[in-house]
Amino acid sequence: MPIIESKQAAQEYDVIIVGSGAGGGQTAYTLTLAGLKCAMLEAGRDYSPEMETAMFQAPNQAPLMGVSTPDKPFGFWDATVDGGWEVPGEPYTQASDDPGSKFTWWRARMLGGRTNHWGRISLRNGPYDFKPYSRDGLGFDWPISYEELEPYYTKAEMLVGVFGTNEGMENTPNSPPGVLLPPPKGRAAELYAQKHAKKAGVPIVSIHRAVLTKTLDADTIPAKLHPGDKKAQKIVGDAMRARAACFWATPCGRGCSIRANYQSTTVHLPPALATGNLDIIPNAHAREVLIDGKGKASGVLFIDKTTGKEARVKARAVVLAASSGETVRILLNSKSAQFPDGLANSSGLVGRYIMDTVGASLGGQIPALENLPPHNEDGAGGSHFYSPWWLYKEQLAGKLDFARGYHIELGGSRRMPGGRSPVSADSSEGAYGTRLKEEARRYYGSHVGFSCRGEMIPNENSFAELDPDVKDKWGIPVLRWHWKWSDHELNMATHATKTFAAIIEAMGGTVRGTVKTGKDAIDFGGSIIHEVGGALMGADPKKSVCNAWNQTWDVNNLILSDGTAFPSNADKNPTLTIMALAWRNAEHLIEEMKKGNV
Amino acid sequence: MNASEDSSPRIPRRTVLKWFAATTAALNTPGFSNFPADAAAAEASGVAAATGYGTDPKVNQIYNPGDFWPLTFTPEQKKTATALADVILPADDFGPAASSLRVPDFIDEWVSAPYGSQQNDAKVVIPGLKWIEDEAQKRFSKGFADLTPEEQTAICDDICWPRNAKPEFKEGARFFDKFRQIAAGAYYSTPEGWKAIGYVGNLPLVQFDGPPQEVLDRLGVTQTVA
Repeated sequence: MPIIESKQAAQEYDVIIVGSGAGGGQTAYTLTLAGLKCAMLEAGRDYSPEMETAMFQAPNQAPLMGVSTPDKPFGFWDATVDGGWEVPGEPYTQASDDPGSKFTWWRARMLGGRTNHWGRISLRNGPYDFKPYSRDGLGFDWPISYEELEPYYTKAEMLVGVFGTNEGMENTPNSPPGVLLPPPKGRAAELYAQKHAKKAGVPIVSIHRAVLTKTLDADTIPAKLHPGDKKAQKIVGDAMRARAACFWATPCGRGCSIRANYQSTTVHLPPALATGNLDIIPNAHAREVLIDGKGKASGVLFIDKTTGKEARVKARAVVLAASSGETVRILLNSKSAQFPDGLANSSGLVGRYIMDTVGASLGGQIPALENLPPHNEDGAGGSHFYSPWWLYKEQLAGKLDFARGYHIELGGSRRMPGGRSPVSADSSEGAYGTRLKEEARRYYGSHVGFSCRGEMIPNENSFAELDPDVKDKWGIPVLRWHWKWSDHELNMATHATKTFAAIIEAMGGTVRGTVKTGKDAIDFGGSIIHEVGGALMGADPKKSVCNAWNQTWDVNNLILSDGTAFPSNADKNPTLTIMALAWRNAEHLIEEMKKGNV
Repeated sequence: MNASEDSSPRIPRRTVLKWFAATTAALNTPGFSNFPADAAAAEASGVAAATGYGTDPKVNQIYNPGDFWPLTFTPEQKKTATALADVILPADDFGPAASSLRVPDFIDEWVSAPYGSQQNDAKVVIPGLKWIEDEAQKRFSKGFADLTPEEQTAICDDICWPRNAKPEFKEGARFFDKFRQIAAGAYYSTPEGWKAIGYVGNLPLVQFDGPPQEVLDRLGVTQTVA
């Protein structure tokens, strides 16, 4: 019985996995296909994209035409359940009122976590991204190299299905031949930006996103992922055959009932459940990792939200994949005589060095895109193009006033209108009547937007700790966030907005609003929803929390398999790296359990 | 302490921080009804029970205005809003009039909503509907809905663009701008509105071809993806 209530849990499992997103999903997949009995705790409710996704709904079929509200900050159809910037009954606090120190934390309370509404952008870290300290003396190196993680990037891409191209650009790795799915055609605004951004020196290429532009080859991929394991191949092949290719409609953020994009709930969990080795306990809010007399993890204490009561589940090993913030919170709340400062915290570094992505954006209006003949640009439910960081050489030569890179995500299409007026009073000079409809038609599809997604360098002033006073509705201490951007991030944001203005100008357009700089340009910490770090992996137990397989140094049967162990947060969106790391961590855990080391 | 027997759920000390005022406002959402302590806390803090759709609405079904919260236009307000919506978005070669696409109902839903942003809009729209009624009576001794198209235009021309509005029409212009935004948002939410604006999509396709050659030619670009 795969989805169970807490009272139905087995006496003991091989492994408990806390969290069901990219990290938890990948962990469950790898462990259960290898025969380990696992229990997965998910703080939110069970969720079925096949049954629940709002495919094809139009804005006039939703309350408030589907626009953002405090209940659904990304709009009515956003896949997020019981989540958002605030979760009722589960506050978090800020150490400072200073706007520059604000951290805003997106959470979801549902099976599959934040993978359900994710943008599906799936970029590999490059070789530089694993050794940033060695390159520029800032931040920390990873204890592993790109080459060590590369096989897992390839496996994750084959399993999940990622479209894109191999461009051979510096520190933007190619995938092996035949791994990536075909890229979708460029849209009008994307092609126009691509042509004219060259004048601003900015290359625009096909993005990599986890959307099936064709069905996965279920006859050959499973054997590559699980050589010699016929049973695993059969299960994974069946799961791949249950996924349809994209039918080029419905934004990915709603989720996907035909399983054409990646969600943990449609890609990782179905084969894991099919093994018969996985019990998922929804509505299980993890509170503490339990410890036995020998200082080993022995299980997890959680709140059964259906009853409000505490419950326990036991296992030989525990994997936390609850998201950077929640994993830190669980560790810090797991206090005992043996671990008075929280679990795995002998270094004092749990909660330290949390990073988000540098966000800054600018929009423009492009006359050349006005009044284009109507045509379908829904495409793959999100971006088709982007700009990988292109100024490594200038940076190396000391020509930039910030140390790391950013990529550009661009938007601009004839996407489904509704909810918000397509023209403003000023752009249409107060038009109403038939002239308003003419203006709406003229401007529709002529707006473009550019967003910076850049690397934040870990710093001493950006961390999470337990709030000494505030508790959640179950009495569990909550996180208090500290945040500060350094000049590297602020200068990057300035560089980005100026670059966007140059691209808009090169496209013959006008900037909408003003070109902001520095602290006025940068988005709040956390708002890009890429928070990673908080329990860094490293080579030295005194200077890190986890080893190279994300086993905590203090408790070797406790593994952190979300973004918490990231020693740096490259501009590449973290999800694919979370999957690759989780896969590698899980394989190592299997070996260690076989050897009796765990 | 691990798993101590005395760590059963406690009613949290509810420190409401300013950035979490909205959390309190949302406490009475479905799914939390097992926790009367929260409802009591919300009530004690003077926050009205939320009447929004909550954080877990069933999203894959079709809704109509009024399904989640009552519509609050008076018959007079509805009549004025309908007339004005049809002045702003009339029947023409692009498509039908706003009223035939239920735009007035969507505006009613908007100004009746329990969310702060929409409630702020209602503070402009509801007095604005009265303002334009009063203006119609003042100028023509008739309700706005009963004016001739020329009379309606005479009023709308004075308030259609806040930047150009004379001081005595600033309030009316602020209302007109807000009303126009909501009405246009609603109009282009409909398949008829999509046709009017030139949106083609929301249809399953076997393949995605990108823009047609005619569009590429006009932009002077070539399709760079094979």
